[in-house]
Amino acid sequence: MADLASAAAEAPVDPANWTCPAPLRDQPVVVMGHGGGGALSAELIQDVFAPAYGNPTLAAMGDSAVLHLGGTRLAFSTDSYVVRPLFFPGGSLGDLAVNGTVNDLAMSGARPACLSAAFVLEEGVELTVVDRVARAMGAAAEAAGVIVATGDTKVVEAGHGDGVYVTTAGVGLVPEGVDIRPQRARPGDAVIVSGPIGLHGVAIMSVREGLEFGVEVASDTAPLADLVAAMLAVTPDIHVLRDPTRGGLAASLNEIARASGTGVRLRERAIPVPEAVVNACGFLGLDPLYVANEGRLVAFVPPARAEAVLAAMRAHPQGGGATLIGECVADHPGMVVVATGLGGTRVVDLPLGEQLPRIC
Amino acid sequence: MKYIDEFNDPELARRLFDEIRATVTRPWALMEVCGGQTHSIIRHGIDQLLPEEVELIHGPGCPVCVTPLEVIDKALEIAARPEVIFCSFGDMLRVPGTDRDLFRVKGEGGDVRVVYSPLDALQLARQNPGRQVVFFAIGFETTAPANAMAVHQARRLGLDNFSLLVSHVRVPPAIEAIMTAPECRVQGFLAAGHVCSVMGTAEYPDLAERHRVPIVVTGFEPLDILEGIRRAVHQLERGEHRVDNAYPRAVRETGNPAALRMLEEVFEVADRSWRGIGRIPASGWRLSDAFRAFDAEHRFDVEGIRTEEPAVCRAGEVLQGLIKPTECSAFGTTCTPRTPLGATMVSNEGACAAYYLYRRLNGQTSPAAPAPQGSRAPQEEMNPVG
Repeated sequence: MADLASAAAEAPVDPANWTCPAPLRDQPVVVMGHGGGGALSAELIQDVFAPAYGNPTLAAMGDSAVLHLGGTRLAFSTDSYVVRPLFFPGGSLGDLAVNGTVNDLAMSGARPACLSAAFVLEEGVELTVVDRVARAMGAAAEAAGVIVATGDTKVVEAGHGDGVYVTTAGVGLVPEGVDIRPQRARPGDAVIVSGPIGLHGVAIMSVREGLEFGVEVASDTAPLADLVAAMLAVTPDIHVLRDPTRGGLAASLNEIARASGTGVRLRERAIPVPEAVVNACGFLGLDPLYVANEGRLVAFVPPARAEAVLAAMRAHPQGGGATLIGECVADHPGMVVVATGLGGTRVVDLPLGEQLPRIC
Repeated sequence: MKYIDEFNDPELARRLFDEIRATVTRPWALMEVCGGQTHSIIRHGIDQLLPEEVELIHGPGCPVCVTPLEVIDKALEIAARPEVIFCSFGDMLRVPGTDRDLFRVKGEGGDVRVVYSPLDALQLARQNPGRQVVFFAIGFETTAPANAMAVHQARRLGLDNFSLLVSHVRVPPAIEAIMTAPECRVQGFLAAGHVCSVMGTAEYPDLAERHRVPIVVTGFEPLDILEGIRRAVHQLERGEHRVDNAYPRAVRETGNPAALRMLEEVFEVADRSWRGIGRIPASGWRLSDAFRAFDAEHRFDVEGIRTEEPAVCRAGEVLQGLIKPTECSAFGTTCTPRTPLGATMVSNEGACAAYYLYRRLNGQTSPAAPAPQGSRAPQEEMNPVG
């Protein structure tokens, strides 16, 4: 060490010349982060899609659009499913393709009615694989109380796809007196999550090529429309619902805070994170708040109705772990702030793009 | 989880905060060396809860941040080749080179894969004999042994399609460089616990003695960090400067002998450039002559790539605690979290982003307004997506 020390002493480092790298923000090509549900996804919508075909309905940016058609309010939503691997602990692409769209509809308070299913199949994929995906969709549709009313199939050449992609769209009717959208969050609202977070993302990561690690975690994929109906039965005046999929709870809460111009304050110790998720996230250097869920919702509820809604949720199979995790505030509009277990605070930002396992 | 929950206990944390408060009588500046410690400090808000006399200066122990531009450019060049499967720890993918990052190379058709271990990259090499598999071997003493092991196994298996792009760095020479820098304000170090779990503590007594600084080997959970701070403050108040191991459940004085043997066999100490800091003598490793055939720089003939580091911001001075972020003329004007000039305005752990946020949280409008130490998390200006 002594020789190292003297060598360094001869060439002192001048901190005035220290600099730091900044991530590139302007990407001329599509990168994975554009699909991550974070800031890059938002830029794609803002810079490309909104100028091309923006309209007031699209600008509402709910999980589903609500259209006034023939005297009814119709919820309409679409989503593409490109998960790898196709089958994972607790579910499959087929489960996600149904539950994901059903849940997007439910987040406007709608009762989902029917779905479309469009398959993009890669040449060479075994038909038994397609069959397993289709059967999973059938079972999930039955469980969610929807029918698959129409469909389409395309095949791309080998190497031009990743096995099976599924796109579903769905419609449902929004009940009278229900107005659920992110803009309705109000200071004072109770912020409730329907159960433990992070299970889907950790289940997928645990089986992804190059990252395999041993955890007994199953995806939480599940339809939430029935839970939402149970909540609306005790109070139609639910302000906001969101299912925190890509980008996790952090992305959903940031989107709500920004859409409504309110702040969100969470109590870290109240947020239900299963031990296996804590461990996996610790190991990979991820924050459970940013990990995807496929069978959870977060609700903003008037404070006077919070206990009743919590009780209704806990009485439902999909809401047994419902927990009050914080509240909507007038301070720091557009921001989500967490009170840490030790008594400090930190801001939980919108993720930039994909969450990446840290080196250390 | 065993060894996590126990080190998060709020009641025990409160007692440690109380002890630190009871011990401290005057201002002290401590540097936590490792980015993982910085992350934990910010994540749990520890800096907000310390007595104001104790200032934490965030050290250069973030391997992703200090990997030099030149090495990133070499990685980008190699990763773009059609025959290459380029494997990396995930967080290197968004670190910018001169004009692009690994995400961009991937977007343009490069085969870039995130792996969690170099042994996974080795496995890919075995499964893809027709491709060249390159692992981006960056990091401190913590990641080096596993990378050494991967090369060692590649040689044993006779794999000629596996190589490492090496940019390993070592902590002690960085501490030396910080302490010999003009205007150094650091009075005590929280040494990086995981680095010491590999290397042991033998490299540190000489540094502590010559620079008269306490060096406390410190872990990463909140109670670990508070205990490290408590011991460092205790030494400083008594005028002591010893190496103290506050992370004994992971660190032995002798380190990890198997890892040390592997390092000894595969790597040799070399000068290294640190991004944003400059060249520090003997501050890293390269593959030893016996393993030179596995050096990706050599195999892909990128040794000639030379990149000058642009001087863009004063982040280095901020990192040393020499200036407050608000004293930089770019702060809040040309440099914001939305348009950052440096990593300190980008990262969760960045002091500049924290100050920017603090100003916004408190409704201040002048970028030059002095901000007290405190809340340190960043927030972007962003149009809502929902």
